[in-house]
Amino acid sequence: MTEKPENDQGQLWEVFIQAKPGIAHKHAGSVHAHDAEMALASARDVYTRRREGTSIWVVPSNMIAATTEQDADSFFDPADDKAYRHPTFYTVPEGVKYL
Amino acid sequence: MDTAEREKQFQEKIDSGLKVEAKEWMPENYRKQLMRMISQHAHSEIVGMLPEGNWITRAPSLRRKAVLLAKVQDEAGHGLYLYSAAETLGIDRKTMIDQLLSGKAKYSSIFNYPTISWADMGAIGWLVDGAAIVNQTMLARGSYGPYSRAMVRICKEESFHNRQGYEIIYQLAKGTPEQKEMAQDALNRWWWPSIQMLGPSDAQSKNSDETMRWRIKVESNDTVRQRFIDRTVPQAEAAGLTIPDPDLKYNEETEHWEIGEIEWTEFYRVIKGHGPCNRKRLKARQDAEREGQWVREAAAAYAGKQRARAVKAA
Repeated sequence: MTEKPENDQGQLWEVFIQAKPGIAHKHAGSVHAHDAEMALASARDVYTRRREGTSIWVVPSNMIAATTEQDADSFFDPADDKAYRHPTFYTVPEGVKYL
Repeated sequence: MDTAEREKQFQEKIDSGLKVEAKEWMPENYRKQLMRMISQHAHSEIVGMLPEGNWITRAPSLRRKAVLLAKVQDEAGHGLYLYSAAETLGIDRKTMIDQLLSGKAKYSSIFNYPTISWADMGAIGWLVDGAAIVNQTMLARGSYGPYSRAMVRICKEESFHNRQGYEIIYQLAKGTPEQKEMAQDALNRWWWPSIQMLGPSDAQSKNSDETMRWRIKVESNDTVRQRFIDRTVPQAEAAGLTIPDPDLKYNEETEHWEIGEIEWTEFYRVIKGHGPCNRKRLKARQDAEREGQWVREAAAAYAGKQRARAVKAA
C-alpha cells in the first residue's frame, strides 16, 4: 500500500481559516499531507501558531475548480450592464428618508 | 496574441501596480526568476534553523529556551509558506528539496557562519532578522501575489524575532564586563555578513534589472542595505556597542550612515561553498532527509490503508 517515492510529500491541501467566530473562512495558504487529519494538524502548526484561528478547513487542492484569467472578461460580463442592481442607480426625492 | 504583445500587456499590468496570480500568463523568465528567488528564500529559512537550533538545549533560562524554540519553529513555518508560494509556479516541493540537498540550489550564505556563543542568538535575531525584515518588507510590495502575501505574514512574525534578539544583546551589553564583551564579539562577527546578506551591490547584481522591471523587487539591494544600516547603527549605540567599521560616519547632508568598503571577496567565497559551515549545514539537511524517510513512508502507508478500508466499507 506504500505510495511511490515521488508521492512521499503527500498531496497538496488548501487551508482556509476562520479568524473569529461568525466570520467567513479565508484562504491562508497550503500544506502537504497524506490525509485530512494530518493536513489539519499541519495547518494548525503552520498557520495558527498565534491564535489566528477558531476553525480550519482543508481541501485537496486538486478538488478546487476555478475561473481562468483568459475567460474572466466574458465570464463576468453579464454583470457589466446591470447598474440597476445597485441602490445608487435610483433617484430619491429630496427630503425622503430611510431609503 | 504573440509573445511580444503578451509581454507588453504583462508589463503594463505590472506598471499599473496590479498583482500577478498563479494561473495567469507570465513571461517564462518572470516565472524562472521567481522560482529561483522563492526557493532560495525557502531554503534559507530551513537551513537558518540550524545555527539557532545549536543553542536550544543550552539556552540560559527557561524563558530564553521557550522563545528560541518558538522562533526556530517560526522559521520552519516560513520555509513552508515559501515552498508553497514557489509551488504555485509549477515546481514541486520535492524537486526544490532535492535541489537543496544536491547542492544545486543556494540559500542565504549567512547561515554558513557558526554560532559559537549564546550572544550569537542575540546577534542573529537583531542583525540577521533585522536585515531580513527590511528586505522582506520591500518584497511584500512585489508583483507576484503568492510571494507578496507570504512576505506579509512572515514580516509580522519576524518582528518578534528581531526584538527578542535585540533584548538578548542589550541585556548582555548592560551586564558584566564579560557579558558585554560577548555581545560586542557577536556584533563584530555578524555585522559584515548581515550587511552582505542583502545582496551584491547594485553595480554587481546580475539579476537586478529584470527583477526590478517586473517589480519582483521594488527597491535595489543598496537602497535596502542603507535602510538597514540607518536603523541598526542607533540601536548599537543605545546598547553601548561599537559597530566594527572604523570608516562608519554620519552624513549630515544626506542624513544617512555611511559605511566603509564591503569585503565582497569573502562573500563570494562563502557563496561558492567555502564558508566555515557550508558542508556541515548541507550534511545536516541530508541527514534529516534520510532519517525522516521512514516517517514519510509510514504516513503514506497509513493513509493508503485508510483509503483502502474506506473503499471496502462503501
